Amino acid sequence: MQLRKSYFADVRKDDLHEIGQPRPRSDSPGHVTGKTAFFADRNFPGMLHLKMVRSPHHHARIRSIDTSEAEKHPGVVKILTAKDVPHNVYTILILIQIGPEDETVLADGKVRWKGEAVVAVLAETERAAQEAAAKVKVDYEVLPAVFDMEEALKPGAPLVNEYHGQNYYLYDSGECRKVRFGDVEAGFAGADHVLEQSYQSSPIEHAPTETTGCVVAPEGNDRFTCYTNTQAMFFTLDNTSIILQMPGSKLHFVGGTVGGGFGGKVDVIVEPIAILGAKLTGRPVCFIYSREEEMQISSPRAAEKVVIKDGVMSDGRIVARKVTGYTDAGAYSRHSPYGAQKGAGHYPGPYTIPNVWIDTYCVYTNRTPSSAMRGFGVTIGDFALEVQMDKLARLIGMDPLEFRFINAYRDGDMKAHRQPTEGAALIECMQEASRAANWPVAEKFMAMSSYVKGA
Amino acid sequence: MAKVPVQFTLNGSDKAEFVDSGTTLLHALRDKIGDTSPKGGCHQGTCGACSVIIDGELRLSCLTLAETCNGATISTTSGLSESGVLHPLQRAFLDTFATQCGFCTPGMIMAAKVLLDHTPNPSRDEVVEALSGNICRCTGYEPIIQAVLTAARSNSQNAA
Repeated sequence: MQLRKSYFADVRKDDLHEIGQPRPRSDSPGHVTGKTAFFADRNFPGMLHLKMVRSPHHHARIRSIDTSEAEKHPGVVKILTAKDVPHNVYTILILIQIGPEDETVLADGKVRWKGEAVVAVLAETERAAQEAAAKVKVDYEVLPAVFDMEEALKPGAPLVNEYHGQNYYLYDSGECRKVRFGDVEAGFAGADHVLEQSYQSSPIEHAPTETTGCVVAPEGNDRFTCYTNTQAMFFTLDNTSIILQMPGSKLHFVGGTVGGGFGGKVDVIVEPIAILGAKLTGRPVCFIYSREEEMQISSPRAAEKVVIKDGVMSDGRIVARKVTGYTDAGAYSRHSPYGAQKGAGHYPGPYTIPNVWIDTYCVYTNRTPSSAMRGFGVTIGDFALEVQMDKLARLIGMDPLEFRFINAYRDGDMKAHRQPTEGAALIECMQEASRAANWPVAEKFMAMSSYVKGA
Repeated sequence: MAKVPVQFTLNGSDKAEFVDSGTTLLHALRDKIGDTSPKGGCHQGTCGACSVIIDGELRLSCLTLAETCNGATISTTSGLSESGVLHPLQRAFLDTFATQCGFCTPGMIMAAKVLLDHTPNPSRDEVVEALSGNICRCTGYEPIIQAVLTAARSNSQNAA
């Protein structure tokens, strides 16, 4: 494989001589010598360990919490419940005015997913914290739960999250994010073929080798240093500031070294409660997810369902596309309203289609809250779209690569969400792929260009 | 709780600690002695990030009790370079871009070292087998395999 500067030769004047040249990574010497300081490599005298008491139920009312036995356990220093958290109900995207606040740092009166944090135990050792956590008695009244998005959207389904009042995120556009472009029904009516297919995915865990966590050290002046493996330092600092009702100047975050993230470390989960623990005890606090917590508690990629209906002409032109997308947020929003919205803009794919109708729903269920992961909102959609493209090509008896050339977006084309296409390179990528994969296409496609009019 | 005395050699230095009975070697190394190069990724013997060398054999320090290491000779990645000069494996991991997030790297290097100590000129299959207990979730396995083969070649060139 080589860098082909001939593509876009008249639009890219910049000198690309760095590309293709090896350059040492600045972090590698630390990695190979074992000197890179991950958050858990910080150790402070008198450091406490935090363990969470978690909900064993998918959906339940909390009748009572009894911490008296746990408090007597040797080594226990502090036990935290919802009443200890200054601003217990939060949502991370409130920083960009995406509300309502819908999630509790520690469960207050109700749990909405199996594994939800209820009580935090701080003890001298990890073992003491674990043993004491097992002695916390929580009396639950189990409620009906809903795990399927379409079930959750039906009338009469159990209400997952009272802060929303219904089992979907209410956008300013209504019950879903909508894109309307052209006349999709007219497009279907005039199409030679119509194909409707549905695609589904399960949640996917990022499974980083280093589990989520942080180490917090009080600086002795009401200021706290938080060593964390968050992928979102200032986002986490700002949310912590809201949750703890502390000015950001009291919070010093140290991070950037992440033992694998993949999007799984952008939620604000461990830092606020660990800092609160350090504040209330005056001692350093370590809160690290166990491997089991990492796999079961940390947000996965959302489960999605995508229904795609396409109208296609025998000559290969897609003339209409209707997509209904469902994103399973689990019990709380986190990043999912954004992910579902991103899907709405993305669903036409890198193709120019004159008639488009898209609805994307962000749905609440009693499942583990989902959140960011590598292109969330579009990755599953791309899987569905490209499988659909292959099926459409097969339906009209056309080569799947040539079919994509016919529909590829090019500079100047208007996208369904009203952004004109700029800097498209799909045609050039496919030309290169055609050569690399030895998958020849007709000469006219090899002569096409993303940006030269008429080519 | 009564403490148990433990004494061993770590990267050429004598170490002595009192630990709680049942303390893992990983915990003793990281939190007592302060060698944080072995990493705790799963604490159940599946990820390999905690790999160390005990008396010449590759061991998972998260499943090894510290009190069983009395008199042992233990090596970790932090002790691999001598006088600031990187070990050929460390050099090769650097040169071939075999690190991404870096969390699995110390364990990978330990596994690779044991392989090269026993098998100086391994086949690719032998490298794959030797690293099979170490998870790289960034999935950069190919550069890691290449790094081990590169280190083996540079070792044999130096020996020649």
